[in-house]
Parts: sequence; C-alpha cells; structure tokens
Amino acid sequence: MSGFLKSSIGRKIAMALSAFFLMFFLIIHLAVNITSIFSPDLFNELSHFMGTNPLVQFALQPVLVFGVVFHFVMGFVLELKNRKATIVKYVQDNGAANSTWMSRNMIYSGIAILAFIVLHFIDFWIPELNHKYIVGMPEDPTRYFGELQHKFVPVWRVIAYVVAFIFLGLHLAHGFTSAFQSMGSTAGRKKTLQQIGKAYSVIIPLGFIIVAVFHFLNH
Amino acid sequence: MNLTLKIWRQKDSNAKGQMVDYKVNDISEHMSFLEMMDVLNEQLVNSGEEPVAFDHDCREGICGMCSLYINGEAHGPDRGITTCQLHMRMFNDGDTITIEPWRASPFPVIKDLIVDRMAFERIQQAGGYISVNTSGNTQDANSLPISKHAADEAMDAAACIGCGACVASCKNSSAMLFVGAKVSQYALLPQGQVEAADRVKNMVAQMDLEGFGNCTNTGACEVECPKGITLESIARMNREFVKANVKG
Amino acid sequence: MALDSKIPEGPIKDKWTDYKNHINLVNPANKRNIDIIVVGTGLAGGSAAATLAELGYNVKAFAYQDSPRRAHSIAAQGGINASKNYMGDGDSNYRLFYDTVKGGDYRSREANVYRLAEVSGNIIDQCVAQGVPFARDYGGLLDNRSFGGVLVSRTFYAKGQTGQQLLLGCYSAMNRQIARGKIEMFNRHEMLEVVKVGGKARGIIARNLITGEIERHSAHAVVIATGGYGNVYFLSTNAMGSNATAAWKIHKKGAYFANPCYTQIHPTCIPRSGDYQSKLTLMSESLRNDGRIWVPAKIEDAKAIQQGKLKPTDIAEADRDYYLERRYPAFGNLVPRDVASRAAKERCDAGYGVNATGEAVYLDFASAFVRYGTEQAKIHGIKNASEAEIKKLGQGIIEEKYGNLFQMYEKIIAENPYETPMMIYPATHYTMGGVWVDYNLMTTVEGLYCIGEANFSDHGANRLGASALMQGLADGYFVLPYTIGDYLSDDIRTGKIPTDTPEFEEAEKAVKDQIDFFINNKGTKTVDHFHKRLGKVMWDKVGMSRNEKDLKAAMAEIKGIREEFWKDVMVPGSATEMNVELEKAGRVADFLELGELFAKDALVRAESCGGHFREESVELDGEQKGEAKRDDVNFAFVSAWEYKGEPADAVLHKEELEFKDIELKQRSYK
Repeated sequence: MSGFLKSSIGRKIAMALSAFFLMFFLIIHLAVNITSIFSPDLFNELSHFMGTNPLVQFALQPVLVFGVVFHFVMGFVLELKNRKATIVKYVQDNGAANSTWMSRNMIYSGIAILAFIVLHFIDFWIPELNHKYIVGMPEDPTRYFGELQHKFVPVWRVIAYVVAFIFLGLHLAHGFTSAFQSMGSTAGRKKTLQQIGKAYSVIIPLGFIIVAVFHFLNH
Repeated sequence: MNLTLKIWRQKDSNAKGQMVDYKVNDISEHMSFLEMMDVLNEQLVNSGEEPVAFDHDCREGICGMCSLYINGEAHGPDRGITTCQLHMRMFNDGDTITIEPWRASPFPVIKDLIVDRMAFERIQQAGGYISVNTSGNTQDANSLPISKHAADEAMDAAACIGCGACVASCKNSSAMLFVGAKVSQYALLPQGQVEAADRVKNMVAQMDLEGFGNCTNTGACEVECPKGITLESIARMNREFVKANVKG
Repeated sequence: MALDSKIPEGPIKDKWTDYKNHINLVNPANKRNIDIIVVGTGLAGGSAAATLAELGYNVKAFAYQDSPRRAHSIAAQGGINASKNYMGDGDSNYRLFYDTVKGGDYRSREANVYRLAEVSGNIIDQCVAQGVPFARDYGGLLDNRSFGGVLVSRTFYAKGQTGQQLLLGCYSAMNRQIARGKIEMFNRHEMLEVVKVGGKARGIIARNLITGEIERHSAHAVVIATGGYGNVYFLSTNAMGSNATAAWKIHKKGAYFANPCYTQIHPTCIPRSGDYQSKLTLMSESLRNDGRIWVPAKIEDAKAIQQGKLKPTDIAEADRDYYLERRYPAFGNLVPRDVASRAAKERCDAGYGVNATGEAVYLDFASAFVRYGTEQAKIHGIKNASEAEIKKLGQGIIEEKYGNLFQMYEKIIAENPYETPMMIYPATHYTMGGVWVDYNLMTTVEGLYCIGEANFSDHGANRLGASALMQGLADGYFVLPYTIGDYLSDDIRTGKIPTDTPEFEEAEKAVKDQIDFFINNKGTKTVDHFHKRLGKVMWDKVGMSRNEKDLKAAMAEIKGIREEFWKDVMVPGSATEMNVELEKAGRVADFLELGELFAKDALVRAESCGGHFREESVELDGEQKGEAKRDDVNFAFVSAWEYKGEPADAVLHKEELEFKDIELKQRSYK
C-alpha cells in the first residue's frame, strides 16, 4: 500500500478521497452556520453538540484535521513534483486556449484557502481548545452565538472571509468534478454532475459569505 | 503574406538555447505550416546558415513525429490536427509567430525544435504489449467474439500517435493521457485481460520514474490531442490501477 | 551470376509446406550465438525483428525515426487482405493468389504469391491476438470490406487507420523483445553501407543521426526492410524521410535491383497547390465507390474554371465529361489504379484540368447524396422529401463512410467537399520494383535479405489495394524467420563477427569520405534544388506514360543533374552533429543514380504492363483500341539489374516467369 501512495495515481486518488471528505464537511459546516441566521438557539444547540460530543471531538475532529493537513501537504508535494517536470518554461504559453483558469491555478486558490484556515484557527479553533481543554472554563451552551456575532464586527475580517470564500468557490469549481475524474469515474464529464458541481461551488461559498455579511450587518 | 518568426535555436542538448527572430516573405495561405518552415530553411541554407531542425516525417498527421509549440499551443491554434496539417490560412499577414519545442523535463531538447521522446518508448516497453508469440499458431481470429462497442472504444484509444502534445500542453508535464490511452486499448480487449494488472502497474511505475508530472485534470491534453483521445482513458487507467492494487 | 529463384518443386499448394518440412533448423541454444541486423522497422522489418528475437536470435534493429512506430507503414489507410472467407462469399487462398497475380498484370512469381495467400489468414489471427482493434460487426465478429479489382470482400480494417494499428501491433511485439533485451533498438540511426566479409553480408555501417558518429555493427545476416523509392519523384505520398539509400547501397555491393520501372501512381490524391509543395496526400481509393469522376466537356468551360471564373456547380450535367464511365462502361469509376490515373492525365494533358495548375479532376459525390438520400427517405418513411432533405440524408451516409477523409480534404484545401466536388490528381504512391530476392527472400548477396516494399517480389507490375500490409507482415512474421534459419544453420560455429577487420575499415572509410565530401564541397545549390529537378524529369518523362524518346532524354538529363550535384551541392553545418541537410544529401545522391536505372529499365521494357505504360505498346484496333498492350512473348520476365558503376552500364539479368497455375489473359475493363 505504501507503493500505492508513492505512485502518481495513488496520490491522485488520495487527493480526491480527502477532497470528498472535505467537501462533505463543508456541507455540514455550512448547514450549522446557516442556522445562526434564523435561530440563535438552534445554532447554539448544534454548536454545543459539535463542541462536546466525544465522538465528534475525539473521532471526527482528528480525522478532519488529518484530512485538511493531508490535502494541503499532498497538494504542495505534488505541485513541487509537477514543477520539477517542467523546468524550462515556454516563452509563450496560451493555457487559456485549452483549460480553465481555475484548473490551472488550484495551488493559488489552495494557498488562499490555507491562509484563511490559519485565520480561522486563530479565530475559533485555538480559542475553543483553550476554552475547553487548557483553561478548562465551565461549558456554557449558549455562548456560541455571541462569539460568532462578535467575530464579524470588524470589517476587515468580513472582507477576508468574502475573498477567501471566492477562492474556495474557484477551487471547488474545478475540484468537484476533478475529484470524480481522479477516482476513475467519468461521471464528472457528464452534464448532470457538472451542473451539480457548478451549483455546489457557488452555493457553499455563497452560503458562508451570506452568514458573515448577515452578522456584520445585524450585530 | 509576410511573417516574423520567433524560433527556439539550440545547437545540441548541452548548449544553452535562445529565441531568434526570422522574417519570411511571400508565404502562400495554401502552404502547410511545415512548408512555410521549408521556405525558411531554404532561405537559411542559401545564406550559408544552418537550417532550423524540426521533427517531421509523414506530413499527413499519422506518424506523430512533428511536435511544435506554436503561439503557445501544441500543434498550433487549429484543433484535431498535427503541426504538419496546420495551414498558413490560420495566420494573417504581418503576424509574429512563436515556435518552441515541447517543454517537459522528461523530453530534453536534442537540437532546436527536436526533443527526445524516448521516455514514451520506455513506458511502452514496460508493459504496452500482449505477451503472445508471433508464431501464427494462435487461435482463429473469430474464435473470440468482441463486442463492437468494446472494439470501437479500443480503436479510439489506439488512435494515439504518441506525439507528446498531451505532455507539452500539460502545465504539469503529465503523461497520463498517453499512458491512459495505451492502458485503455488493452483493458478494453479480452486479449489484454490476462496481464492487465501487471501492465498498468508497470507502465505507471515507469511513467513516474521518467519524471512526468501528476495529472490535475485541467483537460488541456484532450483539447490539444490531435487524435481526440479523451480524459476517459485517464479515468479508465485510474480504475485499472486501483483494481490492480486491490488484487495485490 | 545466373539467377536462381530457388522455387521448391512440387504442386503450388504444397510448395511452402514441403519446403518448411525440409529446411535446416538452428537449435535454440545456438540461436543465442547468432546476431541478425534488421534495417527498417515498418511492418516488414518490425515484424521480422520481433519474430527473430522471439525465436532466440540476437537482433539489432535500426530506424531513422525516433521510434519504430513512426515508420511510414503507419500511413496505410484502407486495410489488409486475407483469404479468411469470413463473409462466405467464396474466397479462398487460390482466389487471393489469382487476383494478386492478375492484378499484378502477370509479372510476379507464382510460388511467392501463393505463399503470400497461404499465410494471409495467419496474419489476421496473429494481429487479433496482439490486440489490434479491427472493425467488428454487431455479433462481435470481424468485419470485412471490398476493395478495388476483386469480386469478394476480404479486406480487414481498423477505421481508416489500418496501417497504424498493424504497425502498433508489431511495435508492441518488438517492445516485448526490447524489454527482454533480445532486440537492441537503434533509433535515429541511418544505415549507410553494408559490409561483406568473404562474399557474405556480415554487418553495416550506420550513422547516429544525433551525434553524427559513424558506427560499425556486425551480424551473421543482414535484413533490409527500408521500404520503397517513391521519393525519387520528389513529390509522392511517401514520408519526407522515406529513402532508397539502404536498398541502393546493397545494390552497389552486389544485390541485383529488379523492375525499378514498376511504380504505382495512385489516382485519388489531393492535387498540388504550388511550387512549395513538399509532399502529396493520398485519400483512400474507397472514395471511388461513391464518387463520380469528371471534367468539363467543353474546353472553354475548363479554361474558365482554371481562371476561377466558373465554379464546378455552374457546369450543366450535359456539359460534363464523366470520362471513366464513357471509356470503361463495365467498370466505370472503379477501374484499377493505373487505368484511372492515366485517364486523368490524358484529360489534363488535353487541357481539361480543373484547378489553377490544370492538374486536377473532379470527384463528385452529388449523385451519391441523392442515391443514399432517396434510400434513407424510404427507410424512414419520409414522403415527398424535398431535394434539400434528400441531399442532407445522403450526406449523412457519406459522412459515416468517409467522414475523416472529407474532413482531411477540407483542412488541406479549405473547401467543403459536401458542397462542391473534390479535386483529385494522381501521385506516386508505391513501388512494386525493388531489390531482387529469391524464394527465401535472400538477395544475390549471401546472407543479405530484403523484405517488404523494399523487395520486388509479390506485386508484379501493379499492386492491388490492401495488399502491401499483407506482404510486409507475411514476409516479416511468417516467411523470413523460417528461411533465414536455413541459411544460419551453417553459422552456428562462426562465433561473433569482429568489426576491427579491413572489410569494416574500408566500408567505414567510404562512408566517411562521402560525408566529408558533402561538408567540404561548399557548392552553391541546396540538396532540395537537385531533388526537385530530378523529380520533375522523373514525373514528366518517366511518369504515368512513357516513350522511348523521353526515356532516353531522361537518362541523359538525370546523368547531367547528377554530375552537377556532385560539383555544386551545398551542405551547411558539420558532420559531427545532427545535420538534416547532410542526411538529405546522401539520400538524394542515391536517388540520382536510381532514377537513371529506373529510366533505363523502363526503356528496355518496350511493353505496357501494370503501372508501366509505354506509348509505343498500345492496342491499335478493336474494342481495346488505345489501351495498354502487354507482350507476354517477349517480356514475361523479371528484369534484374547488376551494378557496374554508371547506372547506364548496368547489366540486365532476366528471370523468366513461368505461369503453370494461372492462364495469362489480357486485363479488360471495357
């Protein structure tokens, strides 16, 4: 199996598998966030569940972290290898003639998303860990909504969110169908899945953006 | 028409190359691109200079020898053709045309616009065949029916001419379209089933060893492929690869 | 030296089997000690290299391209014949044999052709086992189509790329042996001389085309499989690099050259568009199944078309001359290649050509659109279909059949052949002549073999469609591997052939001297300049139609061009690097000699047969008036030429052809 993961196709498939997991996670994450617009209580309840359920905390969360780290590390490893495969560049290269901007620049949209995740970790995840496991403050199941609203007060953060999610959209616009292709499925070439992919890559980032903008305007 | 050509000149594999400008005049729009190159070379030889070296042979789009990156695209701006089938009517009077060799680390430049594509040969030697003796004592050709659909699909994959445009157009210099086409042809035919697992593993291993990049599904290769090989052959190769690894 | 064709005794259908049963074999352990050089890796050379390696010999294979899979066999479109009788239409080995001999205008060797027919079925079995994706019908069985000049369907095909698929099949067989180390492959190498030791072929001198290095390679036998010499015309459907150098070099070292004047001029090629033209493109002859060939009947219409004042669609039906249907009512547009080509030339010479150069005729599908369209309308139950609807339906059928050819035409000419007739003109396509070989495919030099298009053997004076692939693979897979063993059985104790001998030294020096000459000559004219001039003489005077006066003139002119070439040719660059002009210079030097022998052969053969038409030898009266007249009394022989220095001094040896199993008849297509 280690041979499999060293092979180009093995890595491609690993990238796709982690991508599927992350795309699934995005749906859950957005579903939870969206509730904050119409029901602070529901949002608190769901957040509390996610933050305290041992299965989520000690089984799913490490998998998620591993998925994120793996997807990024492998992405960079592959990018470096790919660059090594083309040392001398063309003087004139008309990539737009045969491929989309998104597909050619996954590394840049990926880096933008990575930068955002760093911010996100600083904003939420590190305070959370600190709150729960280091300082060990008592759990207040109603604190989440307030914290959320508080985060979207400064306009710079909202702008950073919007920009990051635009990059996420671009990343997904290629990544969604690409993951199917990597898995050896030609479904990504069919119209249905391409439309689902398009919808997904618009709806998911737009959803997060709406949440951010909503709280910015309504705090 | 009169044209300015910017052409990569490089004396041999060790030399440092550079782009050089040339002018050609009175080019007919009915000429093929390589005939225009012939005009340039005749001009260069007559003035005592060395002609531009470029690969070409059949000049009817089937041998896969010609390999120019023209104005930023493999085989130039037209679709479904090789460089030798590109005609000057695709260009306008006064145009500047940039002509470069295929760029990929596994395809080192031999001279000017000629690159070494031996990596493709080695990949095929790693498993691109069916191990059957050429004795003629095989079973009758009709003893094993093959569905028309499978035969047609195998033919579509087998249409690959191994020119390397897929690698040249890929931003990652990935050879997966080429290898996918070869794997697909045999994967679709019952004769290829016996060695299917070893074939895909060995060919992919050789492809990786040669230093080709990884496929990121940009799809540039299938757009530039002169023979219409599609990404489906890469998907099929991926499936075959997983199958081969699961079986162990 | 007297020619001995070594045809085995016995009835024709048993010759090959009996022969194989009685030849000497080399045991597997000894094969490991025997080296064989194969020059050229198309269908013949590639299949031979793969099979010989598989048998256990050590093979060194040479190709001037960067890979065996680029050899020009790859460009064959239509298909490959085999007498499988899968269609149940009465085909048999005998019928394939008969059709091939008749199609060759009774100028081929019966025993060779019968053997070819016998192994044809094996080729298909072999290729299918290798994974060649031949076309199949819905039942999953192999499909066949019909081809010109025969009455059965026996042509196997893989879309319009049969040659490519067969070559990839044999290339894959080679790869298997390269991976095992049994074939050592020398890509981008050109053979420039054969080395004879004690009268036997024992090696070659080759140039590494990347570094310019001159290399010595030794072996116990040498096989030449370097294809035909059509590029002697400069313009042909051959690849740019296709050359006669290997064949000509062995001719100069003692291999007789047979029937050089037998050349196939293919009728359906895309016409020349200007002086810059570098090569001609063939379109499958299958187009003539549905296209009708015509030129304007009135000379003023033709002139107007040439000047671009009229379009073909402006010419009324009554003012069109469907000259093939007029001259050959029985076969019409489906007359054999040589007849169709000459008829096109006759009309164009008379001034009726239809493009600016005056060298093109129309191939019109309009009536096929209507014919198929009407049929489709009936099938789909469309009543009172309009003319436009019928045309559209018909075009659909034509697109299914020939879509790729129509697209190719449109890319080259930039005219839509669905809307306006195609323009076609004949072009040099294949050379039936070549190095003389006996039944074993050995040349007149011991241990030197020649296979595929490079030899003269199986097609007589004219080759039928879909037979070239068959011959190449038959020679390489199934004939040579047996016959060469008989010769090599004497060599099991010879040991490795050393290359540090005077023979190798001398051959290498000759090669280096010629290269140095080119580099240092510093003349004023390019290699292509001479090649084009040679091509023009060949086309004008030794082309589709020949006569004594022109042939004599051609010989003198070619000699003149050759002398000028050696004085004034210019080759830039150096010998120790990749030098394309240097490669071309060597090839053109050989064409300049071959061309003259070609004309001489045509001059000696004062009959018309197959692709060779002598204006002096035509039927003078009766129904066949004006048609080619073969002379079986005086010319039923193979002309094998022995090199004596100047091509004009070559000595003719005749191999009389005996026809025991087929009665000689005149070909009639009226």
